[in-house]
Amino acid sequence: MNAGLFAQYVMNGLMLGMMYALVAVGFTLFFGVLDVIKFSHGDVLTVGAFTALATYVAVAAAGVVSPALALVAMLIVATLAMAALGMLIARYLVLPLRGAPAINTLLITLMLGTVLRESVRLFYPQGANPKPFPALLPSLSVNLGSFNLRLDNVLMLAAGVLIIVGVQFLLNRTKLGLAIRAVAQDEETARTMGINFTAIVLITFALGSALAAFAGIMNGLYYNEINFGIGLYLGVVGFAAAIIGGLGSIYGAILGGFLFAALQTVGAVALPWASAYKDVFAFAVVIVIMAWRPTGLIREKISERV
Amino acid sequence: MQPQRATRASLVPGLGAIAAVTAYLIALLAVEKQPIIIGLLGAGIAGTFAAAWLGMLRPVGRSFAECEDALGGYAVLAACVVAAAFYDNHFVLLLVVTVLLYSVATLGLNIQFGYAGVLNFAGASFFGIGAYTAAVLNSHTAIPPLLVPLIGGLLAALIGSSLLFPVLRTRGHYAAVVTIAFALLLRTFLEVNDVLGGPQGMQVKGMQILGWSFNDNIEIGKHLELSFYMNYFIVSLLLLVGAFVLVRRLERSWVGLNLDALRLDETAASCFGLDIARWKITAFLLGNFLIGIAGALFGMVGGFVAPNNYTFADSLILVSILLLGGVGNPWGSVAATAIVVIIPEKLQTIQEYRFLLYALIVIAVLLFRPEGLLPRPVRQYFPGWRP
Repeated sequence: MNAGLFAQYVMNGLMLGMMYALVAVGFTLFFGVLDVIKFSHGDVLTVGAFTALATYVAVAAAGVVSPALALVAMLIVATLAMAALGMLIARYLVLPLRGAPAINTLLITLMLGTVLRESVRLFYPQGANPKPFPALLPSLSVNLGSFNLRLDNVLMLAAGVLIIVGVQFLLNRTKLGLAIRAVAQDEETARTMGINFTAIVLITFALGSALAAFAGIMNGLYYNEINFGIGLYLGVVGFAAAIIGGLGSIYGAILGGFLFAALQTVGAVALPWASAYKDVFAFAVVIVIMAWRPTGLIREKISERV
Repeated sequence: MQPQRATRASLVPGLGAIAAVTAYLIALLAVEKQPIIIGLLGAGIAGTFAAAWLGMLRPVGRSFAECEDALGGYAVLAACVVAAAFYDNHFVLLLVVTVLLYSVATLGLNIQFGYAGVLNFAGASFFGIGAYTAAVLNSHTAIPPLLVPLIGGLLAALIGSSLLFPVLRTRGHYAAVVTIAFALLLRTFLEVNDVLGGPQGMQVKGMQILGWSFNDNIEIGKHLELSFYMNYFIVSLLLLVGAFVLVRRLERSWVGLNLDALRLDETAASCFGLDIARWKITAFLLGNFLIGIAGALFGMVGGFVAPNNYTFADSLILVSILLLGGVGNPWGSVAATAIVVIIPEKLQTIQEYRFLLYALIVIAVLLFRPEGLLPRPVRQYFPGWRP
């Protein structure tokens, strides 16, 4: 394999990994504060992507021609709308089930995911068909030998890195982040320190869901197409990534996301006669990793109290 | 004041409930006009609420708790009555057979999750392994088709045992991801593998016993012709009865007690000397075995297998049946399977909206009745026995 082709694969892997990591960070944030898995996360991503598309249609109808302006409007509307949706889910579906077994939360959010996905399919105009997503980023590209470096991909990667660094900064350097980490560590102690538990949970869900909306837009821009099913796959992969990284750890989620993308890419490169098996390979490795490190690559710090 | 003497519950309320449900099922399966079906469904829901409000369900519950064996016999009879009422109706009989076989699969999940607490999000995958086994064995080998479901079950357990190591080492959400990854892996594998038909799937030859093909209609005398699904109905009913008795006995035995202890508190259970790994393995393999048998038979009934029928979403439906019925209660599993399989098929007008509706119903049940429709009762070592 020549260097150009190799670079192409690396670039594709990085793009995929960034999307997976953004979704996985959401899973790990939710798990951190409430110890729950919110499985509708992937479908929130779908709804976010479709919200962005609807915003684009509306903005275009209003006569805005600048792609940059349209993109900014889409980002703002989609992230805010999904943040609100995330808060609603937390308030009315996840928090009421706190006393119930974990499987109930898992199932109720899974079913909510079905509701969201089906709603997009049924109620978005022609939502059952794949929708073209506008290419709003500059389509410049540089040819480096056989490697075609596209400016839009670079921009998306940079934006993703900025977002992740921003989340990291928020969690580790601000008072809000301190409160989120406190709630994640011990709910009761956090409450006695005067932290408003419900508010922190809602903010965390808003934050994670906004990240999903961002990932959804990124997905649309990367493939130039969205359909109602993207969230299911991305949700499952994001969940797997968060798990192999180690739930509750942001670094673990990022690591897991890029690792899964790397596995898929390696699967596609190393098995050229059977690149269709790349997902089989990736999921098999996930199972092996789980057997090797039962609580993820970056282990949870707490030990079990008996 | 005389101490209140506990009287034995009578069989009558339970019999009445079975008769009412049978009549209702026949009516629901018979009508085809959508407004009537919707009316019937509404009446069914309203009737159940009214019965609960009038306190009529408690004697039924007691009756079932104390005379379970007799009522089980009557329930089998009721299933036969339903099938006999539609003796020449292919579609309805197919629905009934589907309910029976899915019930077996949920009973398998019940052993895994309801008793031992082992999560399995790949139920449909093991179901699919059974069905694909039937497809391959029936067309390429001369193995008697009656043995094929057994082999399907064994193969499902065998392939499932490759997951044992990660399943035993992980807990909670981490264990969930192992089976989820397996479900996606298997589905992708079936889709890209040309030997097994790829995305188009493959045909499955029907069941044959001693040269008697199950895929021919049964002719009795000159005028009576039974649908060929009647064959499958009988076999499936026998299978369900066998699985049901097995699960019930298992639950009541010391094995069930061990599994319950394991689920409720792993640490405490191992302090009392229970071998956690041994019982988890038992539950996981036995559950997959049952699911595989049901899958193999279902493959023969449908005559066709394709990767799209055994996706992660189907596994989720199986898990939600379990929760809907009440985790750990086999009666609940069977009832919930009937609800989940029959209602969407009958409501053709809302065909497009059925998944949406289904998801909303499960959400409502989880919010307002999190223990399921028929919660698991307290274990009874000796039914009907009172001190």
